[in-house]
Amino acid sequence: MTLDPESGSPHPIGLSIRGGTKVYPGTIALKEVDFDLRMGAVNVLVGENGAGKSTMMKVIAGVEQLTSGTVTMNGEAVHFTSTDDAERHGIGIVFQELNLFPNLTVADNIFMAHEKTRGGIDIDMSAQREATRALMQRLEHDIDPDTLVGDLKVGQQQIVEIAKSLSRDARILILDEPTSALSNAEVEILFRVIEELKAEGVGIVYISHRLEELIRVGDYITVLRDGMITGAQSMEGVDIPWIVRNMIGDSSKDFAKEIEHPFGDEALRVENMRLADTSGGFAVDGVSLSLRAGEILGIYGLMGAGRTELLEGIIGRHPHAAGDVWVQGDKMGRPSVPDRIAKGLALIPEDRKHDGLVQILSIRENMTLSSVGSFTRGVHMDLGKERSRVADFVRRMVIKIASPEHPVSALSGGNQQKVVISKALMTGPKVLLMDEPSRGIDIGAKAEVFRVMRQLAAEGLGIVFVTSDLEEVMSLSDRIIVMSDGRITGEFSREEVTETALVSASAVGHAPLSEQDAERETA
Amino acid sequence: MTDMTANGAGASSPSATLLLILKARTFIALILVFVFFSIFAPNFLSAANMVIMSKHVALNAFLAIGMTFVIVSGGIDLSVGSIVGLCGMVAGYLLLNGIDIGLGWSIQFNTLEICLMVALVGIAIGALNGFLITKLNVAPFIATLGTLYIARGAAMLSSDGKTFPNLSGNAEYGSQSFRMIGSGDFLGVPISIWMLIAVGVLAAYIARRTPLGRFIYAVGGNERAAGLSGVKVTQVKYFVYMFSGFCAALVGIIISSQLVAAHPATGDTFELNAIAAAVLGGTSMSGGRGRIGGTIVGAFVIGVLSDGLVMMGVSAFWQTVIKGLVIIAAVVIDQAQQKVQAKVALQAQAALGN
Repeated sequence: MTLDPESGSPHPIGLSIRGGTKVYPGTIALKEVDFDLRMGAVNVLVGENGAGKSTMMKVIAGVEQLTSGTVTMNGEAVHFTSTDDAERHGIGIVFQELNLFPNLTVADNIFMAHEKTRGGIDIDMSAQREATRALMQRLEHDIDPDTLVGDLKVGQQQIVEIAKSLSRDARILILDEPTSALSNAEVEILFRVIEELKAEGVGIVYISHRLEELIRVGDYITVLRDGMITGAQSMEGVDIPWIVRNMIGDSSKDFAKEIEHPFGDEALRVENMRLADTSGGFAVDGVSLSLRAGEILGIYGLMGAGRTELLEGIIGRHPHAAGDVWVQGDKMGRPSVPDRIAKGLALIPEDRKHDGLVQILSIRENMTLSSVGSFTRGVHMDLGKERSRVADFVRRMVIKIASPEHPVSALSGGNQQKVVISKALMTGPKVLLMDEPSRGIDIGAKAEVFRVMRQLAAEGLGIVFVTSDLEEVMSLSDRIIVMSDGRITGEFSREEVTETALVSASAVGHAPLSEQDAERETA
Repeated sequence: MTDMTANGAGASSPSATLLLILKARTFIALILVFVFFSIFAPNFLSAANMVIMSKHVALNAFLAIGMTFVIVSGGIDLSVGSIVGLCGMVAGYLLLNGIDIGLGWSIQFNTLEICLMVALVGIAIGALNGFLITKLNVAPFIATLGTLYIARGAAMLSSDGKTFPNLSGNAEYGSQSFRMIGSGDFLGVPISIWMLIAVGVLAAYIARRTPLGRFIYAVGGNERAAGLSGVKVTQVKYFVYMFSGFCAALVGIIISSQLVAAHPATGDTFELNAIAAAVLGGTSMSGGRGRIGGTIVGAFVIGVLSDGLVMMGVSAFWQTVIKGLVIIAAVVIDQAQQKVQAKVALQAQAALGN
């Protein structure tokens, strides 16, 4: 191992970005970032959703190209036009959303597009099986090469994804939230594998929201905020408060000011909500909560904590969900979305594109989809009344549109989100369930969405909103519930809450924790 | 067919004009084939030919209207041709035999009763399709392929493959008017065309002005989002297949009345013509987009094209090739329209500085 002449560190720089800027229509995802990836070490990358971590990794892996700035490897400027291109330079990435083929076998998946062949035509199955077995042994997993990937648990699929990168002799391995779906034991194995890879000189980029995990596994840390790097150093001396400070910054973003108003009666009560997940456990495991009219309840937690499933359970999307729901003291019947919307619940889903909007329909048709009954007499829709209602909401929500007849897909993320919120509000809800309402929208639109939320609460609407953004949850909520592993692991009032308390509550039930958390778990 | 909003948004820009032309393309195509055949096919414009041609077109148009709803909802209905055959056989059987209740005498029905019962058969097969697709989660292609075979087999079984001849009805039972459905006219326009107008107006009204129609488009555009918005997805799907079955039953009645006979192989591959008409009229196979008016124009293009080619003496083999080319061209132009349309919307949005 050679010493890096510049810093004298035992970890040479394998790849660096200088002045990296990435512009998307409407937002700047990366602003002039300088990043060094060190070989034989774990380079930890941390930041809130939308801070630019994923964009930066996509640039390195060849999925996206920089708008300006350079990427250099071993002193040479490189320009990856595709993932194949990046792969040839020894860069492998394991995405947060797994890219596997569920109806092919483990061996097929690992050698997809890199099949071991005889003469370029006939796939050498036995060689692939052998190689797969060797990889699995290295990863300490007893997975048969002939198993279908669809039959594996999510954690095992993650291992297959890692094996895929290893099989291509990756010198740089990017892991995007690799532990979000793993059990404690699986995380331990993953960390052993990481140690091994480090010893072989592989440079690892590790993205995670689990701060304690980062401190344990990382050698170097880079913190991103709003597309800029706010802290980069070796892991020595780094603690959670340091990370949080750099993630959030000292000055708060200018969210809407608090309008003080008294709370009303109980608007929503959920008792013992349980929802089974696909791997035999519970995505939501006995959650109870209560919300008063005019109150904003923030639910904080990491990806996979069961927050989305909880909201979907409340709105009635899952017919097999157990547990009772009351809206204004009125007990809900069997889970059914139309019934619960009629009773005063409304959901703003996390995934705007797939769950929130019908992209092919016009803005007008999307907005009124949940409330067509309000301008229908018998079977006849009064389109004039519909248009005026839409115009009214476009004005109230300050949606920037050229015409309500254009397809909703022509709008920017922030305006699309306002269309989804309008759709929910048109049903005249008593309780609004908002899943990551600020995801994928720029800072200006965020502030407007938050202003609307405050205003609605002041008008007496109960709001439950889910977020993984610490600052958002702290500045917007009247009360905060933290979820981890399908359970409620903490509840804080607005006055008593601290970032550190939220972070540690969100990690309860997860792998490598400090003693303090281990105590909490046993308590 | 034309869309007024495109005018309002700014007809001055060249892409908006282009968009207007693209949107009206099926209509333009219809005018072109009309002009072409009136020049090159003798007697094409004669009143008698118009009546015959419109009767041919009507059969496909009924099926295509039902098919449009199904495709807009994100599905496909392959069973309509077989339903036509089966419903024709049911109509023929009821006319000839009534229902034998096994006590030595049988119940006979008048024309209206027969039509209602046949329509119920079509709707029931549609409901079966809906059940398979929503409750048993069978893919629409497979579910309706299954009912295609079942209905065709049932039609064959009903007469052992033989034709029910002489369906002229019986004045004693009030079924002598059955023949009028296919051969009668009102104000000089064939009854079947009046029926087509009624069904077309009804379908267009459902599509544009009722919540049900709105939901059909929403389910086809994004089933998950529609469900989470409170749309009763299952009910919507049941409706589209039942409506399609109803349209097929009407065609079965009309054909057996026109021919004064019911043959179990009637309606073979009709489903493909219906799909072609819907696609030609601008219906997107991926769901969420399509218009009843467009579909009817599409059915006319196909019908006029094939009748006109016959009159010109073009061989049936060439006709088939030409029909295929027209369908492919329609879809290629449709792709271009989508691109231009998206561009116009994005430009208008960009003009707002956002």
